[in-house]
Amino acid sequence: MNPKAISVEALTKRFGSFTAVDAITFDVAQGEIFGFLGANGAGKTTAMRMLCGLSFPTSGKATVAGFDLYKQAEKIKQRIGYMSQKFSLYEDLTVRENIRFYGGIYGLSDAAIKAKTQDMLTGLHMQSEANTLVRSLPLGWRQKLSFSVSLVHDPNIVFLDEPTGGVDPITRREFWMLIYEAAHRGTTVFVTTHYMDEAEYCNRVSIMVDGRVDALGSPQELKTRFSAEDMGEVFLKLARKAQRGDE
Amino acid sequence: MRVLRILLEKEFRQVFRNPAILRMMFMMPMVQLLIMPLAADYEVRNVRVCVVDFDHSSYSRRLVDKIGATDYFTLVDYTDSYDKGLSYVEHDEADLVLQIPASFERNLIREDKAGLFLALNAINGVKANLGGAYLRTVIGEFNQDIRLEWLQLPRTNPQPTIRISSINWFNPMMNYRFFMVPGILVILITMVGAFLSALNIVKEKEIGTIEQINVTPIRKYQFVLGKLIPFWVLGLFVLTFGLILSWLVYGIVPAGSLLTIYVFSAVYLLAVLGLGLLMSTLANTQQQAMLLSFFMMMLFILLGGLYTSIDSMPAWAQWFTKINPVSYFIEVMRMVVLKGSSLSDIKRHIGVVLIFAVALNGLAVWNYRKRS
Repeated sequence: MNPKAISVEALTKRFGSFTAVDAITFDVAQGEIFGFLGANGAGKTTAMRMLCGLSFPTSGKATVAGFDLYKQAEKIKQRIGYMSQKFSLYEDLTVRENIRFYGGIYGLSDAAIKAKTQDMLTGLHMQSEANTLVRSLPLGWRQKLSFSVSLVHDPNIVFLDEPTGGVDPITRREFWMLIYEAAHRGTTVFVTTHYMDEAEYCNRVSIMVDGRVDALGSPQELKTRFSAEDMGEVFLKLARKAQRGDE
Repeated sequence: MRVLRILLEKEFRQVFRNPAILRMMFMMPMVQLLIMPLAADYEVRNVRVCVVDFDHSSYSRRLVDKIGATDYFTLVDYTDSYDKGLSYVEHDEADLVLQIPASFERNLIREDKAGLFLALNAINGVKANLGGAYLRTVIGEFNQDIRLEWLQLPRTNPQPTIRISSINWFNPMMNYRFFMVPGILVILITMVGAFLSALNIVKEKEIGTIEQINVTPIRKYQFVLGKLIPFWVLGLFVLTFGLILSWLVYGIVPAGSLLTIYVFSAVYLLAVLGLGLLMSTLANTQQQAMLLSFFMMMLFILLGGLYTSIDSMPAWAQWFTKINPVSYFIEVMRMVVLKGSSLSDIKRHIGVVLIFAVALNGLAVWNYRKRS
């Protein structure tokens, strides 16, 4: 087994003359919580979509969970979970039905789905909401459910694209507890966020500016290197150089 | 196949939770089958005639009585001013003006020859044409009648000796609805199938769930089948409902077997759904999908032979009907419902529509991209 969960070398994505992701290179270790930071439009989502097999890279090399991104994309998909920026559970299905659906398409057996559903509902304290339509759940609950559903098939790596956007501080903290639990069980967590307090929770952080990875290291290292008080200051020092505006 | 089962389970749940789809499944057949056959009727009745009589003779009055006695004509007015007659036409109160000249009776008796003048309101070309033709027939009969009276005690039959009797095969009562209803059933199934399927995948694109599906190891054909099968079942359900309605309301019982209808419909629905799915892989929003399928349906339906006969279309349009699945289904429906054709009679139709089905669904699977 490759001890690296994700290995990226000079990965690039161009849309016409616009280079969204410009030859990024980094590795993510197994079981690590890897923060993927950057201003809006820096190319985070595009990079993440490439790693999930939703978008073809223009050039560069990458392996995810030990499989080649170009040739073995469908094998990668069996081993990753993904939670997109857009809420992506079915609002007209109940909590239980959503879990069953996503578990089912990853090939889980009925017994496994049943056990998973039980675990998940208990873990999220949502037993009484099992048969509620997802539509009528509050946003924070939906995001937590969405995260749990992306882990339904016990993936090696989970990609989270701004999972806590618009969520209140208490729920955000609960959400990070869930992330820690997953990491503790050995799942690699690849997460983008705009909250700098969340960046402090990560094992390592990369900061993207204008499609490039400008800084990479543990929060402590970065703070020392940029002689900053906290991650917010590090981010500001880097992101101010950006040429690209908001999306 | 477990993945497919899971997909179907989800799709059916969503359909039954969507009141709009359920309402449409019942409302569309009812509205289309109850209203359209009554309105879309080509038989011309109630042609409004204004008679301008300058003669006021017993013959002119007999002619007018004869016209009024048929149920095709309604006498608007009996006057002696052509201007007045024309003003009826101008105000769209009359379709025809029949002018009887002053010397009609005298000329008829003395010279064996008389003229009549007919003015037609040609804004509604079909009505003018048919009304004019009916009126000529009535006048022709009137002519025969008076000739018969004048020839006293004929040695030989003075009437023309060729008599034509006709029999109307397959639709003996010449009931226009028998012709229209099977065609309308086709339109119904086509619209339900194409619109439901075209909107479905696009909806998942809009709400973002398709991304979540695309990061799973699901196979493209599984996903497309998972969309195809539910709407196929719904389509057959709408067909059943439509057949029951046309039996209850119009007393139409297919002369051929129901099995033939269902076999063809099953294949046909695959083709229509394939088209819908293909359109939904092309479109990015429900609005685009709607416009695209509306455009296609208009072409297919107007050139499908429901309203106008394919035989009288220009050559290029006839060529188009060869690649129009709707025209095959309309033909098959009329063949089976009215003529009682069997499966072996519609072999060719099934074959062609099957090719459409395979090609369109193949394109839909091919064009559905998990990765962009």
